[in-house]
Amino acid sequence: MNTGVAITGMGILSPIGNTVAENLQALQNAQSSIATIEMIQTRHKEAIKVGEIKKTNQELATTLGLSDTHRFSRTAMLGAIAAKEALQEANITDIDRYKTGFISGTSVGGMDTTEQYYLRFKEEPNYRRFIQAQHAGFTTQTIAHHLGINGYVSTISTACSSAANAIMLGARMIRAGQLDRVVVGGTDALSKFTINGFNSLMILSDEVCTPFDHHRKGLNLGEAAAYLVLESDAMLQKTEKKVLGTVVGWANANDAFHQTASSANGEGAYLAMEQALAIAKLEPNAIDYINAHGTATPNNDLSEGRAMLRIFGQDSVPMFSSTKAYTGHTLAAAGAVEAVYSLLSLREQLIFPNLHFSTPMEEFSLIPQQTIQHRALQTVLSNSFGFGGNCSTLIFTN
Amino acid sequence: MRNCYINGIATLSAQPTTDPDHFLEEIIEHTTPIFKAYDPDYKSYIKPAAMRRMSKAVKMGVTTAKMALEMASLDMPDAIITGTGMGCKQDSEKFLEKILNDDEQFLTPTLFIQSTHNTVGGQIALTLGCKGYNVTYVQEAVSFEVAVMDAQLMLSETPEKQILVGGIDEIPKNSTLLHQLDGQLKTEEHINVVQLLDSTTQGTVASEGATCIVLSAEKTPNSIASIKAVEIISSASSSTIQEKINAFLIAEGMTPSDIDAVILGNNGDSNYDYYYHDIQQALFQHTEQLCYKHLTGDYLVASSVGFWLSSKILQKQQVPPVTKVNAVTASQYKNILLYNQYQGKNHSIVLMQHVHA
Amino acid sequence: MATLPEELKTKIIEQLHLEDIEVAEIGDDDPLFGDGLGLDSIDALELIVLLEKEYGIKLKDPKEGKLIFESVNVMAAYIEKNRSK
Repeated sequence: MNTGVAITGMGILSPIGNTVAENLQALQNAQSSIATIEMIQTRHKEAIKVGEIKKTNQELATTLGLSDTHRFSRTAMLGAIAAKEALQEANITDIDRYKTGFISGTSVGGMDTTEQYYLRFKEEPNYRRFIQAQHAGFTTQTIAHHLGINGYVSTISTACSSAANAIMLGARMIRAGQLDRVVVGGTDALSKFTINGFNSLMILSDEVCTPFDHHRKGLNLGEAAAYLVLESDAMLQKTEKKVLGTVVGWANANDAFHQTASSANGEGAYLAMEQALAIAKLEPNAIDYINAHGTATPNNDLSEGRAMLRIFGQDSVPMFSSTKAYTGHTLAAAGAVEAVYSLLSLREQLIFPNLHFSTPMEEFSLIPQQTIQHRALQTVLSNSFGFGGNCSTLIFTN
Repeated sequence: MRNCYINGIATLSAQPTTDPDHFLEEIIEHTTPIFKAYDPDYKSYIKPAAMRRMSKAVKMGVTTAKMALEMASLDMPDAIITGTGMGCKQDSEKFLEKILNDDEQFLTPTLFIQSTHNTVGGQIALTLGCKGYNVTYVQEAVSFEVAVMDAQLMLSETPEKQILVGGIDEIPKNSTLLHQLDGQLKTEEHINVVQLLDSTTQGTVASEGATCIVLSAEKTPNSIASIKAVEIISSASSSTIQEKINAFLIAEGMTPSDIDAVILGNNGDSNYDYYYHDIQQALFQHTEQLCYKHLTGDYLVASSVGFWLSSKILQKQQVPPVTKVNAVTASQYKNILLYNQYQGKNHSIVLMQHVHA
Repeated sequence: MATLPEELKTKIIEQLHLEDIEVAEIGDDDPLFGDGLGLDSIDALELIVLLEKEYGIKLKDPKEGKLIFESVNVMAAYIEKNRSK
């Protein structure tokens, strides 16, 4: 097996909890966050269900101690809070002392602020500090600056696989010796923009989503931020810190099939899982559990299921579940949210259930785990797929 | 870091740079603070059926990708890595305006699908049928450079690969006008853009464009230049940048005197051009200095024009006079340094080298 | 005044940016998807919005579109029967 890259910290702010500990508690108690939207005024209120972080922008700004003239979008604030928790757990206070990078995934960046002020920039000079906030890169830079990271800072935007790709890049840069440590993950706030975008694609469910169920009606949007701290072996030797887990496999492939839809046989997903196993130097049967992408759209779950069958064989698909029914689909953050959940699975030796499943799909006999399971877990695989055919897989070990 | 050979390069900008025979001999003189790219014949690169849903950024990206691949004699790259500061912002802006103006009604998916930043990378993959690694970076003024850095890293991991790297940004009408409200863009109605570098007012001029390059770890008969090293710095003072450039050169076994020409991203913004002026005076006073944004305007991947300009100079061993900003002329071009920043943030330092035939 | 099928053809060309296709090239019974005009699933979603915006018909399930958008004639018949504007 590949020796991989050590993970020394993680942080998360999601609809089911404001810290890693709170998220674990909700996962263990099968507490979903999916409900009617409250924080954003939208005419689709009755037609959709979402996963929201029930904190106002003012509350988030207070948590971070920001001044009244700050330039943080909601996406940036969520990100800064989660990244700080990750650095705290990794016990990093001297951020400038070693070569530290920041790689963040986001899809909409500061669209949440843009859509609030766009029509008022002309009249209200006071809002103009948010003109640049619409850029995804500005969001990342705002967080990096808040953390004191000034060297390598970049943003990956590959729709819903963004954070998975950020983790992958961080692992590669550490392995190549380009950085001593790196904060990797993603952040996306809910916005009218994404709600209307997914609504126009007619893939939003008006009920709580049911991944891998025959009667699945589509996805629930969510918002979240989550980050991991990755460190080089040399850093670990210097500091003797606790390692939470290791990322040993990673891959990114393209479905090259359609702008938004996944191919029927899950080609991109298949290639991503196959190549991640190859990087990890693992056989498929080494995987103990899969945290699936499982968005609950008719298209994704069928395509992902078929790809899993192709990789693992008809009767050998490992235990799997999607945690989207807890948080909703947190878009660019999803890969990092589910990386944190995968690491919690490994640490707690728990498989978190796929909520609301009742009827197996007609096309195959795959059935996700529906109750919490205590299992000896050594290796967990996590999938994240996005528009543009972007498919990514990460593999974590204890 | 491993050598990274450029085997094909195509740049679409506000000058006719897509013409392989053109090397800034004749210049289009722009006269407004916002000006569009010079359009090649997109139809000879993209089928009409595929084109109908493509925004300008996608058209520019797919076209330059095909041009660069053709020049590199490559049908299928192993990976597609793109950088864009704003993605397909035109469609993004239209979708946003419809949400706000039509109270979230009658929204069609095409604009939304196009609005995701990875649309160009995804569309290039779809057009070529490329199932390899595909990532899009969105890091303001270093969006193109971080894409190049990923390619360099990949070539050190898997030297047999051939990688397509692109940088694309289009002008979204209303969002660009907003940049006149927060000091990013000049507000004069009429500007002689060729004189941009002498400007004494704040802000710059905006344009759009795309650059695609094909990279490999091994030299090929098509190799025209090599990218020796790339570094980005998210935020730093002018004096720190000077230290960083010195350290960057030392790491390559060089001093400023080993650099034959320096290509700078001066954009006429009186608030921030001191980053360039400081190194022009302190480090490269006796080095040939070149600029290009008075020809192409500025946009978040405008620095990719520097890659094109340096590649051409290294290949042809000649400099377009219109790019010269001091009286020094090098006797030969072996090492060219690129430096760019935007509003004091997202700095990039790049070393380009001549390839021996 | 143009007949409903003719009107539909103009609107389809406009909505789907079929710039290189003329109204006369679309037969009333030609299949719009697959072998005919070659439209895809995103076009189907665009046509659903066209139905809502122009004729006040709201489809809940994108699958319904498959039958309605078989041809211009089928679409016109459905609109006549269900239109609210």
